[in-house]
Amino acid sequence: MPIRPAAFLLTAVLLLAGCANPSTGSDADDPTAPVTLKFWHGWSEKKDVKAIDESIARFEKLHPNIRVKSTGNVTDATVNQALRAGGGDAPDVASSFTTNNVGQYCSSGMWVDLDPFMRKTGLDKKAVFPKTLLDYTSYEGRQCALPLLADAFGMYYNVDAFEQAGISGPPRTMSEFKRAAVKLTDRAGDGSYRRVGFMPNFRLYENAPDRLFAQWGPTYFDGDGKSRLARGTAAKEFFTFQRDLITALGGYGPLENFRTTVGDEMSSRNAFLTGKLAMHLDGEWRVGMLDDAKPGFRWATAPLPVPDDQAGTYGRGYLTGTVAGIAHSSKHQNAAWELVRFLTADTDQVVAFANAIHNVPSTKAALASPKLHRDPAFTTFLDIAGNRHSVGMPASVNGGQYIVTLTDFAYDAEAGRVRDLDKGLRALDRQIDDDTLQAQD
Amino acid sequence: MAPLHPAPELRRKHRRARLRTLAFLSPWLVGFSVFFAYPLLATVYFSFMHYNQIQAPTFVGLRNWKYVLGQMPLFGPALWNTLWLVVVMVALRVVFGLGIGLLVTRIKSGVGFFRTAFYLPYLAPPVAATVAFVFLLNPGTGPVNEILSTIGISAPNWFNDPAWAKPSLVLLSLWGIGDLMVIFMAALLDVPKEQYEAAELDGAGAWSKFRYVTWPSITPIVMFAVVTGVVQTMQYYTQALVAGKLASGVSVGPGSVIQPGYPDHSTLTVPQLVYSLGFQNFNTGAACVLSLVLFAIAMAVTSLLMRKSAGLQTAED
Repeated sequence: MPIRPAAFLLTAVLLLAGCANPSTGSDADDPTAPVTLKFWHGWSEKKDVKAIDESIARFEKLHPNIRVKSTGNVTDATVNQALRAGGGDAPDVASSFTTNNVGQYCSSGMWVDLDPFMRKTGLDKKAVFPKTLLDYTSYEGRQCALPLLADAFGMYYNVDAFEQAGISGPPRTMSEFKRAAVKLTDRAGDGSYRRVGFMPNFRLYENAPDRLFAQWGPTYFDGDGKSRLARGTAAKEFFTFQRDLITALGGYGPLENFRTTVGDEMSSRNAFLTGKLAMHLDGEWRVGMLDDAKPGFRWATAPLPVPDDQAGTYGRGYLTGTVAGIAHSSKHQNAAWELVRFLTADTDQVVAFANAIHNVPSTKAALASPKLHRDPAFTTFLDIAGNRHSVGMPASVNGGQYIVTLTDFAYDAEAGRVRDLDKGLRALDRQIDDDTLQAQD
Repeated sequence: MAPLHPAPELRRKHRRARLRTLAFLSPWLVGFSVFFAYPLLATVYFSFMHYNQIQAPTFVGLRNWKYVLGQMPLFGPALWNTLWLVVVMVALRVVFGLGIGLLVTRIKSGVGFFRTAFYLPYLAPPVAATVAFVFLLNPGTGPVNEILSTIGISAPNWFNDPAWAKPSLVLLSLWGIGDLMVIFMAALLDVPKEQYEAAELDGAGAWSKFRYVTWPSITPIVMFAVVTGVVQTMQYYTQALVAGKLASGVSVGPGSVIQPGYPDHSTLTVPQLVYSLGFQNFNTGAACVLSLVLFAIAMAVTSLLMRKSAGLQTAED
């Protein structure tokens, strides 16, 4: 190719490559002017969609100048791609069912910093939201999201099975937990499981490793943002305990085979619902589902046990939740803030929505509200959410990549493929740091 | 003696001829530039940039290349799995497709039924077919293992066993062999009957007829099947992703991301990694590096096969 056309082509490519940035929005709009906001959320169940639609109706009544066009069943992948692609159809307000991507949303500027809006409208975030929830909705001091209800994880247990096994109450420490799990496990003559005391394998339902690991109170990153899983004792103790529990319950292979026989998590064939699990790790939403399903046994809830040497932290659990933020491309950011503020910080709204979809409210006032439904099973999760030792996942520049890497390592560890745990954890730290560095400018 | 500079009229004539040629070529030129040259050059450009698809790209030198080739542990398994599938799946599909093609051209009765029966699975959407296979081959609840166990055969864990996951994907691809069956059937029916008759007169048996009559006639079609099979398998994505995700049984919320490749990265292919890096982690630079590596391998393998194909045809000619 002659030099001139080649140079022209290369210049065109570079120009086109550099102009891929989407449009930027504006925070100079008048929130009292008539406007229609686009709101994307992840709820898809009929009951949940009804609850969010009712919430929007309450908002529109308070703000007659603002109409909200909501779109449900939207995943983070869609939000991520839509906001990066830009364009007029992108949402003004988006919510995410996970806290994993907050770091990505904040560091990339995809969701705008909400602190200026809070200052403008006099909202004191530290007075309104619990600290753990504020931590998991910010990244490096940039509060680009706010919690829109929370999820707390604890233990569901089969009271009938406990009584049959002669166990008086839920275990509080990991050694009690292991003894109970072994005692509650019932195997047939051919080695198959009629019931498993507690399913330790990470691929079952909500058993992702970070959930149970929260009971050890891990610190994922040091002050410089470097992964420090190999430096503390928590990770080693956690993976050792999990392997011991697997061995005590019959081994990884048989338990994996058992896992392939159980029904879907959200179906009526859920393993806890059908009595195949005596103890089960799950979120607070299962309370409402069990109430509706009416299983043929008595059940109750409790916090998950803690390591024996951390008995004083009993009551803690893993916290996560839905988060909401304003898209950087929104031309109506002040109006969008009114919607975010209403959904996340208005006490009556938060309580009504939490009651409707059986989630944990995400503001201090809503947690203390007398209007909040408090049956004993659900109160367990409210207490976990309020426990000062409860753990949320820290935000990272590459979203949940470090959790994916940890999960991959955990799959190897549970299958017995990590021969030297110390060496494996050091390699895990290196990998997380490499991935983090790769995501930074 | 001809003039050093052509007359203006001649130059105009030449220019008009060139413009006419360009006008006829322009649809192809536009398509080639927009859908091939630009994406390829942009991929090379982004492989040296840090770009999260929202902020302006910044130059990072060879960082993305170092990351993919030296710091990303999944690159090795993904490349191995892709090459394994290219070798095993393509070879078995060609052999099986040819076998089925021979069968449906030889049978005397029920031709229409068998041709339809072998072709129909190819029409099943890949996701639906994969879901059905994962259900059928579920080691705990699937009917296949139940039947095998009743006749005393200890069945494997199929998609749940790292050693069996790729062979299970191959089984799935063999089930949908309809595309190759049709191509081979057409090629086989195209072989002149007189050549078979002449071979029979010379006392050739079934194998000799296949070796000396059928094979030389269908070699270009076999090479076509191999080359297109290699290119398609290099891009193998949907079935591996769906099978891995379904078989893992892992529940993920709408916001969560799981690493593809269950079990133990045995179904992870390079295209899955490209998507995961590019559109889940928005690590565009690394995704572009992977794409370029895949492109280079595909080009190398295809060139080799094309040269081999040309050699074969020349030898036969």
